[in-house]
Amino acid sequence: MNTVVSTAPKDRARELVAMRARIAAGVRNQQIFAAVGVLFTAFALLVLIAAFLDLLIDGLPRLSWDFLTNFPSRHPDQAGILSAWVGSAFVMLVTMLSAVPIGIGAAIYLEEYAGKNWFTDLIEINVTNLAGVPSIVYGLLALGLFVYQFGFGQSILAAGLTLALLILPIVIVSSREALRAVPIHIREAAYGVGATRWQMVSDHLVPYSRGGMMTGVILGMAEAIGQTAPLITIGALTFIAFLPEMPVTGEFPFLSMEWIWSGFTVLPIQMYNWVSRPNVEFQINAAAAGVILLLMTLLMNSLAIYLRYQVRKKIKW
Amino acid sequence: MAAISYPAAVGDTVDPTRLKHKLTRNLKERFIELLLMFCGLVAVFTTVAITIILVYESIGFFNFVSVWDFITGTVWTPLFENPQYGILPLVSGTLTITAIAMLVAVPMGTVIAIYLSEFAPHGAREAIKPALELIQAVPTIVFGYFALLFVTPMLQATILPDLPGFNMLVPGLVIGVATIPTIATLAEDAMRAVPGAMREAAYAMGGNKMQVALQVVMPAAVSGVVAAYVLAMARAIGETMVVAIAAGQNANFTFNPMEAAATLTAYIAQVSMGDLEHGSVGYASIFAAGLVLLLMTLVLNLAGHFLRQRYRRAY
Repeated sequence: MNTVVSTAPKDRARELVAMRARIAAGVRNQQIFAAVGVLFTAFALLVLIAAFLDLLIDGLPRLSWDFLTNFPSRHPDQAGILSAWVGSAFVMLVTMLSAVPIGIGAAIYLEEYAGKNWFTDLIEINVTNLAGVPSIVYGLLALGLFVYQFGFGQSILAAGLTLALLILPIVIVSSREALRAVPIHIREAAYGVGATRWQMVSDHLVPYSRGGMMTGVILGMAEAIGQTAPLITIGALTFIAFLPEMPVTGEFPFLSMEWIWSGFTVLPIQMYNWVSRPNVEFQINAAAAGVILLLMTLLMNSLAIYLRYQVRKKIKW
Repeated sequence: MAAISYPAAVGDTVDPTRLKHKLTRNLKERFIELLLMFCGLVAVFTTVAITIILVYESIGFFNFVSVWDFITGTVWTPLFENPQYGILPLVSGTLTITAIAMLVAVPMGTVIAIYLSEFAPHGAREAIKPALELIQAVPTIVFGYFALLFVTPMLQATILPDLPGFNMLVPGLVIGVATIPTIATLAEDAMRAVPGAMREAAYAMGGNKMQVALQVVMPAAVSGVVAAYVLAMARAIGETMVVAIAAGQNANFTFNPMEAAATLTAYIAQVSMGDLEHGSVGYASIFAAGLVLLLMTLVLNLAGHFLRQRYRRAY
């Protein structure tokens, strides 16, 4: 420690000034950096807002009740999205009914049952890997497996199962997080009064982590509803002027499962079909469909974010 | 307390109905465990099925086209009269667009991550993170529309009058913005995992926020930050709708962003939109393209996975 410290008062004063300048420069840099950070964030958000406004301005003239209740048509001003949103709803139904039980079941297995061994590692690596597989590859899987090997054809069932596989990692990861948030003493208390493992899981863990699981399910469904590529790949049709047979019928037995075999189109595919036509009139339709699609996904995501916030606030273990 | 029956002590006679009850209960527990395990195995089945389907259909394709021609050919015209099957044009399109996207997303995502992790006050972070999530949630077809009918015309009208209607530049830029949240959130996670004691030590030495962020936190979190880049890159490579709409549909062996060129994903989408006979070479070609795509993303995802594990283990 032989730093030469000047003792002359004049030199010390100069050093003090230099040091203050250095500190001031540091603070200035720091402020500039923070400003750039805010600026970049604002830019990304601005792009989102611009995309939304662009759709809204282009599509507004076509947004009407008729647009929701008309089938697609050769005449752009008469075309609507009835078959598309009904198709989306049915596909989402299949996706939810298959992805939610399987995803939550897998999460419960991984968190509560699985031991620390190669078998668990295998499942975990696969879940992580599947989250990174491009969505169109799921489409190829579904085309080869569901459409041709299983013979489901280009049906609502094939589409719903495809999207279910696609969102499975999202549902599994968020359900695991929800289960992990339940403290260990809840489990011990349940075992302490003689509960079996399944009684502990079904009577305590699942009810207590329901909010967190719901968040994951909504996020997954929001992801699924905007997916275009995998459904194009399995051969979803783009011009559908009929609705699937309704699941509730007037005659005995009042429930029909015929709809799962029906051909279908969904909102994003209808939009893709319209946007890829050179006719400007059809692009207006695409914008109108895009407004509805974007509003739906943003609403679902906001709901999930709000729900997660509520869950975090409520937890007082 | 008399109602509680205690377990039979040694020598007592055991009530046979209790044993039977225990047996059914255990059977039920075992059954449920198997059912849950099956749910977990769906993930494994999916991976296996993806691999088998892609490899199986690609074998059909490679019976028809030599592997060497496939990986070295520079002309991709499977649906023409005289079909040629060189994958390089699709790969060049994919890589060009991914590179542009990364040029946008890496600097902006990193700065946002550092800002969120080291500079932003608590309230700002709580507001910005959900907003970034919303960007991530936008269906990519919406970004495709935005690229084709807003960004391209805007650039044509202002700084790039020579830009063709279909080009690789605009989809690259738009995918870049769409990938910013991925990098920002993953890199921020890595930075927040750096222990506070390291920051405090640096501050105690007289470091300012900039120095702490760039010279202490960044190096400590580097494997996690690189993992964020790698995973974002895999996403950009697999992105379909933006390129299918705005980058054009012709396979074009070029790295010039001002030209139109199809990507691996855009080709698969384009062929699927048409009526393709099941079992034809054209049909098999989308699986071969899918296999190349899967291999590219798989390498990146595995690299990202191990990098992330490294920083998790470090702290």
